[in-house]
Amino acid sequence: MSNATSHNETVHRVSFLDKDSVSVPILKILQADGTVYENAVLPTIGQELATKIHDTCVFTRVLDERMLGAQRQGRISFYMTCTGEEASIIGSVASLDSDDVILAQYREHAAIRYRGFSTEQFMNQLFSNEKDLGKGRQMPIHYGSAELNYQTISSPLATQIPQASGVGYSLKMQDKRNVAVCYFGEGAASEGDFHAGLNMAAVLKSPTIFFCRNNGYAISTPTSEQFMGNGIASRGPGYGIHTIRVDGNDMLAVLAATQQARAHAIHNKEPVLIEAMTYRLGAHSSSDDPSGYRSKEEEAKWQTHDPVKRFKLWMINKGWLTEKQDADLYEKYRKEVLAELKLAEKRPMSMLDTIVEDVYDAPTPRLQQQLKSLKKHLNKYPDSYPKSVGRG
Amino acid sequence: MAKINMLQAINDALSLVLETDDKAILFGEDVGHFGGVFRATSGLQEKYGKERCFNTPLTEQGIAGFANGLASNGMTAIAEIQFADYIFPAIDQIVNESAKFRYRSGNEFNVGGITYRTPYGGGIAGGHYHSQSPEAYFTQTAGLKVVVPRNAYQAKGLLLASIRDKNPVVFFEPKRLYRANIGEVPDGDYEIELGKAEVVREGKDITLLAWGAQMEIIEEAADMATKQGISCEVIDLRTLAPWDIETVAASVKKTGRLLINHEAPLTGGFAGEIAATIQEECFLYLESPISRVCGLDTPYPLIHEKEYMPDALKTFEAIKATVKF
Ligand SMILES: Cc1ncc(C[n+]2csc(CCOP(=O)(O)OP(=O)(O)O)c2C)c(N)n1
Repeated sequence: MSNATSHNETVHRVSFLDKDSVSVPILKILQADGTVYENAVLPTIGQELATKIHDTCVFTRVLDERMLGAQRQGRISFYMTCTGEEASIIGSVASLDSDDVILAQYREHAAIRYRGFSTEQFMNQLFSNEKDLGKGRQMPIHYGSAELNYQTISSPLATQIPQASGVGYSLKMQDKRNVAVCYFGEGAASEGDFHAGLNMAAVLKSPTIFFCRNNGYAISTPTSEQFMGNGIASRGPGYGIHTIRVDGNDMLAVLAATQQARAHAIHNKEPVLIEAMTYRLGAHSSSDDPSGYRSKEEEAKWQTHDPVKRFKLWMINKGWLTEKQDADLYEKYRKEVLAELKLAEKRPMSMLDTIVEDVYDAPTPRLQQQLKSLKKHLNKYPDSYPKSVGRG
Repeated sequence: MAKINMLQAINDALSLVLETDDKAILFGEDVGHFGGVFRATSGLQEKYGKERCFNTPLTEQGIAGFANGLASNGMTAIAEIQFADYIFPAIDQIVNESAKFRYRSGNEFNVGGITYRTPYGGGIAGGHYHSQSPEAYFTQTAGLKVVVPRNAYQAKGLLLASIRDKNPVVFFEPKRLYRANIGEVPDGDYEIELGKAEVVREGKDITLLAWGAQMEIIEEAADMATKQGISCEVIDLRTLAPWDIETVAASVKKTGRLLINHEAPLTGGFAGEIAATIQEECFLYLESPISRVCGLDTPYPLIHEKEYMPDALKTFEAIKATVKF
């Protein structure tokens, strides 16, 4: 068989494809004032779903605001917000089935919240205490839960992308009508793993949704220094992947696109690429100061596209929410987060024995011996090491 | 001579190279206008222009491959890998390409003009993806030089020597000392010869050997031992590949004992290589087994960082045990 390309016209003089020839439309449904565009086709959404989405938005805003504050007070070592990107994350997760497997980058805590991660569970991870599911081994924000089908975050960027292709393929092999969902930033899309992952998924027909949060920056690097060409979406067709670009600050557009992407991926057993155009309103992380690389005016402009506010206005217009209910919800979560924070802060850190656990399925003799001599040493100098450790 | 910190010393060295070597190019994630996440490259884009100091797309594989291309065609490539933990996506380009360019081509081509700078090590509450010391993956690769400075003065002198060395160098910067280590650093140009260890302190009972951030630790342990009447000779290896066997062996022949400290896990760590070599060189002089005080054979834990660390107390205990053996 010939090279498997379709409908190519033949020409007889040199004719290049124009590098700007790929144009990608952007789906927009909801306007800044909370009304929808004329002729817009709405996603499937009733009051119950809308209320859950709104609830997750408010929780996430409160968590981000409160925990960034806690980091500044030195109560936790590190934090990352998803402020400005809530519609991308919540709109997409709300279109999924709870058995769809999520592989996130690190800025998608709203998605694990949507699935039911409790305020207490957030705090346990952020404070690395003995109840943290990850046993206090990773920095704050590296959440994960098998129960919620949310694979634990790994800091090396883009490694989750080819893994998602494998997860999607495994779902197909297990005859599940589910997809793998992979989140990543436009920065991470420069890694080799991005190419490897999308190409594998396309060739092997893996039901996987690749969800790119194009938020304008990778730490200090603007998209103009990250890629040429038409964003990340333009690459989808190059890999042979069904692709859509959406306004990432528009909850209804993200919801609509992801609902249909999921149906397509399951029906056709193949990947879909979604690029959500959004903006990182906050700093990259608590260690970063964006004033060194972008202007206050630019940030202010994006404040006017606030996705949470836009969705709230839509709900109010529908008669599904009042300003008072919205304000009360913020108040409720402020109290809840603070109360759980105080509890989590006081919980002891995990037992010393966990230091050699989970390296292998069971600690090797060498590790057991290392733990033994470590304990002997700590018992000799109990005052020189953290007190709260259960020394066992 | 000004007192500056290690980041400023590195910035000084890079600025000097860009000024004096018009083939030099500096690049990596966020190194441009922003000056890098640790600010080692602050102000260099403003001074030397966007063509010679720039942000790359977020791809370590791409950065290292690009460096190979630049250097194979006569440029001086200085690439920053944002954290040593993230050098692994580039490992194919570094281990299979940078290290073997000269060998495989019979020196028709070489990439001696490359220096990979990367912050390594723990002690910053970074957990296992911001704390690794991956030097041993590179010391096993013939064709690469591996260099680790311990203070601001060394950082400048060793970095200048690494950049001008005619071999690809992986230059590990101890990030927990970036701002903490302040010392006198000459304004002008100077180099510290690669492949030479430094005897930091003379002693007669035991030789303590480390590099980079762990030098602080073994010096502290040496102070503790001195109070117990044990006299320690303290050596900074500075270059791990090729390492200065002669200086270390001479010291061990004098003291009869050796302790090696590194932050990376014990098993497969570079201390194993040193211990085996010194045992060959100094067998008849050794009065006790060579001791290793290293990280545990686990990933670097966030919450148990203090317990995990091969710290001064652990080193002190090992010194006593070795001397008493
Ligand atoms: C392999 C690797 N290289 C570098 C880093 C350091 N790093 C962490 S986040 C980040 C920027 C990521 O940008 P993007 O993917 O656009 O996501 P965003 O932070 O904008 O959500 C970098 C360079 C890393 N974690 N992993």
